[in-house]
Amino acid sequence: MTSATTDMSITKPQRRIRWASMGPFIALAVVILVGTLLNSNFATGTNIANVVTRSAFIAIIAVGATFVISSRCLDLSVGSMMAFVTGIMILTMNYLQPSLGPNAIFVGALVGLLVGAACGLLNGLIVTVGRIEPFIVTLGTMGIFRALITWMSDGGSIPMDRALREAYRPVYFGDVLGIPIPVAITLLVALVGAFVLYRTKYGRHCMAVGSNADVARFSGISVTRVRTLAFVIQGLCVGIAAICYIPRLGAATPTTGQLWELQVITAVVIGGTLLRGGRARIWGTIAGALILEVIANLMVLSNMVSEYLVAAVQGVIIILAMLAHRLIK
Amino acid sequence: MTRCAALPVSAGAVTVKTVAPHAEAATLAAVGLTKAYGPVTVLFDVSLDICKGEVHAIIGENGAGKSTLMKLLSGYVQPTAGHLVMAEERIEFNNSTAAEAAGVVLVHQEILLAPDLTVAENLFLGRELPRGLMVDDRAMNQRAAEVLASIGALCTPRDWVGDLPLAQRQLVQIGRALLEPRSVVIFDEPTAVLANDEVTALLDVVRGLRAQGVAVLYISHRLDEVEALADRITVLRDGRKIGTWPAAELSQRQMAELMVGRELDVLYPPKRTPPTAEPLLVIEQLVVDHGAVEASLVVRPGEVLGIGGMVGSGRTELFEGLMGLRPAEVSRIELAGRPLSQRRLRQRSVKEWQAQGLVYLTEDRKGKGLLLDEMLAPNLTLQALKQVHPGLVLDNRRELAEVQQAVEEYDIRVGSVHLSAGQLSGGNQQKLLLAKVMMADPSIVIIDEPTRGIDIGNKSQIYHFIDQLVRLGKGCIVISSELPELVGIADRVLVMRGGRIVTELTGDAITEQNIVYAATSGEAYGAAS
Repeated sequence: MTSATTDMSITKPQRRIRWASMGPFIALAVVILVGTLLNSNFATGTNIANVVTRSAFIAIIAVGATFVISSRCLDLSVGSMMAFVTGIMILTMNYLQPSLGPNAIFVGALVGLLVGAACGLLNGLIVTVGRIEPFIVTLGTMGIFRALITWMSDGGSIPMDRALREAYRPVYFGDVLGIPIPVAITLLVALVGAFVLYRTKYGRHCMAVGSNADVARFSGISVTRVRTLAFVIQGLCVGIAAICYIPRLGAATPTTGQLWELQVITAVVIGGTLLRGGRARIWGTIAGALILEVIANLMVLSNMVSEYLVAAVQGVIIILAMLAHRLIK
Repeated sequence: MTRCAALPVSAGAVTVKTVAPHAEAATLAAVGLTKAYGPVTVLFDVSLDICKGEVHAIIGENGAGKSTLMKLLSGYVQPTAGHLVMAEERIEFNNSTAAEAAGVVLVHQEILLAPDLTVAENLFLGRELPRGLMVDDRAMNQRAAEVLASIGALCTPRDWVGDLPLAQRQLVQIGRALLEPRSVVIFDEPTAVLANDEVTALLDVVRGLRAQGVAVLYISHRLDEVEALADRITVLRDGRKIGTWPAAELSQRQMAELMVGRELDVLYPPKRTPPTAEPLLVIEQLVVDHGAVEASLVVRPGEVLGIGGMVGSGRTELFEGLMGLRPAEVSRIELAGRPLSQRRLRQRSVKEWQAQGLVYLTEDRKGKGLLLDEMLAPNLTLQALKQVHPGLVLDNRRELAEVQQAVEEYDIRVGSVHLSAGQLSGGNQQKLLLAKVMMADPSIVIIDEPTRGIDIGNKSQIYHFIDQLVRLGKGCIVISSELPELVGIADRVLVMRGGRIVTELTGDAITEQNIVYAATSGEAYGAAS
């Protein structure tokens, strides 16, 4: 009788959280199952390897986006940042190729990471020090990066020096122990991301800032630092994705990475990370990126829906995912 | 006039049987209301009635079922069993709109107003008066002015709500509830966020409603208010009704005992001998918000320094400024006899202060203190992650051990440590917040409103905790709007008014009367002649 009746509603919300974190994996399984039933070409080894490899870019960038979003920010510039970084990398490698030979690739990769991190830092500082909505800031830089790559390529394309193609090729087309290299890199990025987010103080600070910035501030956490760093991590991830991306087509064009921000944010959201911050799911994000790629692949394989409508389907998915978040709540 | 039924109180009675409500004069009656959420029943078979022209107070500890009862009466939730009776007819409220149509309205505890709209726009939000296709601003402003005048609000219909002080917003909220004639008005802790003079004004509003023949149900933690205002008092405990009594028959102490169901330990710890040691903290010329607030003060080891004053007198701003949480400058700070360097003075931050052994507990535990969606562990260690996790990797096992220790040490009552902070009662949240800042092992603790909105059992525990703290030679600053609290635990009280410290009270001079006088007139009581 006298025992507290206050805090007894214990089990319900936890079960709900567990469901929410299982959701993306179940969805992925369902999509794969549907694909297998729908099209006999889908479940072949080559196709699956293809799909997983192609999802790597979005998955890698989306790991970074998981940090940004969990700290209650948003980065719309990732797609055009990707194109910009790719362009800078190719120009650097082409410039260095005569003197360094294939080693130009390593310098180019390093430059890619640095430029990515710098772009992220720029976004982050404008958001935190300038105290401007991340939505507006990255909308602006999205335009800037896109214009820069268009200008750099003079509206055409920036091709990679032929001499480098052969040496660089394995980064996208090769494998280690049977795992395609982009997939291995994605796994590594996700592992590191999960470690930082779940097991380090920075990850905890990220959650706190996303959950309630005032609480974080009153607890002695620098909200500015945490958010800026999240944008830098995002930029680094874009750099890593660019490194994997270049050998695939061997060129940067004004349409490189177009609408990737939609795919990236969709992957994060269907992965179970809350858009309002405070809850992040790295592995859910990876599942989200896979779901998007599988659906796009199915649209290409089967003739039911035109593949030109891929972005439309992705748009529908992100809206449905947000509705699902609301309903679960 | 026939009064509604009330039980005679037998001295010290704790177990009382329930009697059927006297339906005749009841405006609204609850009959055997029970509410269960899944397997958890939060309200058991509660019956009561509210009569025309009376103030019926509901008291009980947090978790006693007060909020649930209110929500049932005002249509926000529906009972699992039992029903409501209005005008001798059984009635059901499927939602709050239905209840409002029947004349029953709930005034929420949280202020639910749009800051970017005017007072009148807020009052009529969702029920704007039409004029053809447009809204009739003139009529709404006029009607708003009438309503505001009737409740003694000082704001005008065209004021922006965002510009209003808290007390005026509260009145706007009440005005919104009273826009149409009501037969039953339910107040959910309306004074929880108000300072004392504002409380007095609000009580007058409630009395005004009573005089107009409105039936008022009044929920409050402040027993002095209940004593001053209520005609009848119903006590809830653990979801059950303990009984209803005429207010005149209950003293505050009896109310408190009925609420907790046992004899209270002494609410306040015994007074300590005032310390005379060298100061632990000296602050000279702290100027906050470009001079809006300016103060100097000293804290000694073993001392509870009380900070009194009305809400808006700059108390919270002063200490947020000190902590570096809002723009402020300070000319000199001494910690345990050592002056801080100029660089340190400029770079004040929560983190820096914590390293120096000083922590600040915000008054806004839900907005600025705790991550309501997170579990106990991340909340507890947020401020001291470095101490708990010296390495690169978070040590979950150690964290859990810390939580268990804190749960015991601070008597945080939880069914499971896997609850989120938002699921705890106010008192347990406050204790968790206390445990959180104590993780840093500070030598000076600043607590802003240590017991706001929490029940009397938890209050007493927190007072005793503060006492223990200073007995260990630490210093404690308590900022409070609750006068009995300052009188009960402070060794010395500084009263603020208009951003300045106007009076220092010590020893027997610390009385509610002196604090109020200083806070309102800016002079020491008796000094003016």
